[in-house]
Amino acid sequence: MTPLEQYRALLTILYKEIHRFMRIWTQTLIPPAIMIMLYFVIFGTLIGKRIGQMGGFDYMQFMIPGLIMMSVISNSYSNVVSSFFGQKFARSIEELLITPLPHYLILLGWVLGGVARGLLVGAIVTFVSLWFYDLSVVNWTLSIFVVISTSVLFSLGGFLNALFAESFDDISIVPTFIMQPLIYLGGVFYSIQLLPTFWQTVSLANPILYMINAFRYSILGSSDLESLGFSINSALFMIVGFIILLTAICLWSLDKGRGIRS
Amino acid sequence: MKALSISNLKKEYAGGLQALKGIDLDVEQGDFFALLGPNGAGKSTTIGIISSLVTKTSGQVKILDIDIDENHSLAKKKLGVVGQEVNFNQFEKVGDIIRNQAGYYGLSFKEARDNAKHYMRKLDIWDKRDEQARKLSGGMKRRVMVAKALVNNPDLLILDEPTAGVDIELRRSLWDFLTEINNNGTTIILTTHYLEEAERLCRNIAIIDSGEIVENTSMQELLTRLEVETFVFDLSKPISSLPKSLDFEMVLENPQKLKVTVGKGQGLNSVFQILSSSGIEISSMRNETGRLEELFLGLVDSVLTEDKE
Repeated sequence: MTPLEQYRALLTILYKEIHRFMRIWTQTLIPPAIMIMLYFVIFGTLIGKRIGQMGGFDYMQFMIPGLIMMSVISNSYSNVVSSFFGQKFARSIEELLITPLPHYLILLGWVLGGVARGLLVGAIVTFVSLWFYDLSVVNWTLSIFVVISTSVLFSLGGFLNALFAESFDDISIVPTFIMQPLIYLGGVFYSIQLLPTFWQTVSLANPILYMINAFRYSILGSSDLESLGFSINSALFMIVGFIILLTAICLWSLDKGRGIRS
Repeated sequence: MKALSISNLKKEYAGGLQALKGIDLDVEQGDFFALLGPNGAGKSTTIGIISSLVTKTSGQVKILDIDIDENHSLAKKKLGVVGQEVNFNQFEKVGDIIRNQAGYYGLSFKEARDNAKHYMRKLDIWDKRDEQARKLSGGMKRRVMVAKALVNNPDLLILDEPTAGVDIELRRSLWDFLTEINNNGTTIILTTHYLEEAERLCRNIAIIDSGEIVENTSMQELLTRLEVETFVFDLSKPISSLPKSLDFEMVLENPQKLKVTVGKGQGLNSVFQILSSSGIEISSMRNETGRLEELFLGLVDSVLTEDKE
């Protein structure tokens, strides 16, 4: 395929993916907004006032970057895993496999679809949070980079999960038993400085901690990372490293036909 | 130039099942070719390998002289495939499904829209373009699949049992449509369990059984091998006894239905003469089974018998 044909094919996949999640907006866009609003009301307004300061900020202010990242991560992942596995399950993935589309375009199309939903939900959550707190951003460039790269990373994760999944159970195991605990223990709601030293060390093995704190740093200008002796750059390198690793695994799996060819 | 060239194609599934045991097959450009065989013979595996849905174990596949391993992208541009099962997102609108398929081939928005419109009109689904595909009947979904396979104007179209489970009217309209696009230059490979369909449409034929090609010839040549044909005569008036004939084997099924077996080289005129001289009036006549069906069963049965031996 020529570069122009590849561009048109990529736009087609992206259009189809965006059209899919917009068609079912009551399932894809509204629930995250309602959930985040409840978090703000319960943890921010009601309980947050009694908590006082967290990491040197109002609790509501501390929580907002974590909640935005939580929405971006879970929506990027779930968009790709449910869409790609749905296509596999309905065998409509054959529509793509019989075409001249190279594998990297299939991967890129789905990842961009996941990023589109992740960013849209992230924007909705940000808009909702502005209703509760007058937020300002310290470093726009860094915040945009972190949010997009994290969305790309979890879209790749969703793609890989969908490739290897053989049943609907398989696409709920990873989000429920791995991602959700890592997100909640990744410092969305608390500073890990509150933890005993042992659990602080354990928390450092959680990659989501670095992403949430890098994003918090870009919004608030401060996060747990510096106090634990890590630079923001190390978090960014880690995200990029994971993206390269997952991209390589996804492309290798597609080339081998893992999960899509008999 | 060959539209499709397969050499020594093998497929062994995990678990040891040998679905293809090294088949060779050539299909000329412009041909209407039948690939027949019983269930599990290897037809769908062969089509799956050509269309990249199945990974081959070894062998070579060329589409219009382009090796699918060496230039996968270019080879695929020449190909359209109608699978056995409905394989599109049934929650999407018919028009979107077909336009998106064109987009995957890199067609511009205008080309995609025009081609989709052309084939939707040709296949009589233009009125359904804004309907969700899941609301269509089985026959309509088949038409969507054919339109989807043609939207990139392929040189080679492969149809895996396209008329399975569809009504007679649709089957005949699809036959007419396929004949038209074949006359316009598209090479067509058809698998079907309706042997009448293959006999009516196809010029050349291959029969595959247990992963091996057991016959590969022209339809005409194959049909000339038929040793005997059985004709059924519906009679205007009932008869109680068979007409006297030493040349033909006759069976009176019921007082108004006579079965006559005619050997190779025996003319039907003699049968008519015998019946006429016996005062028997014929209201209609037909083959007891399709001619191809008799040959097909003979070929497949002989392979099964050899396997058992």
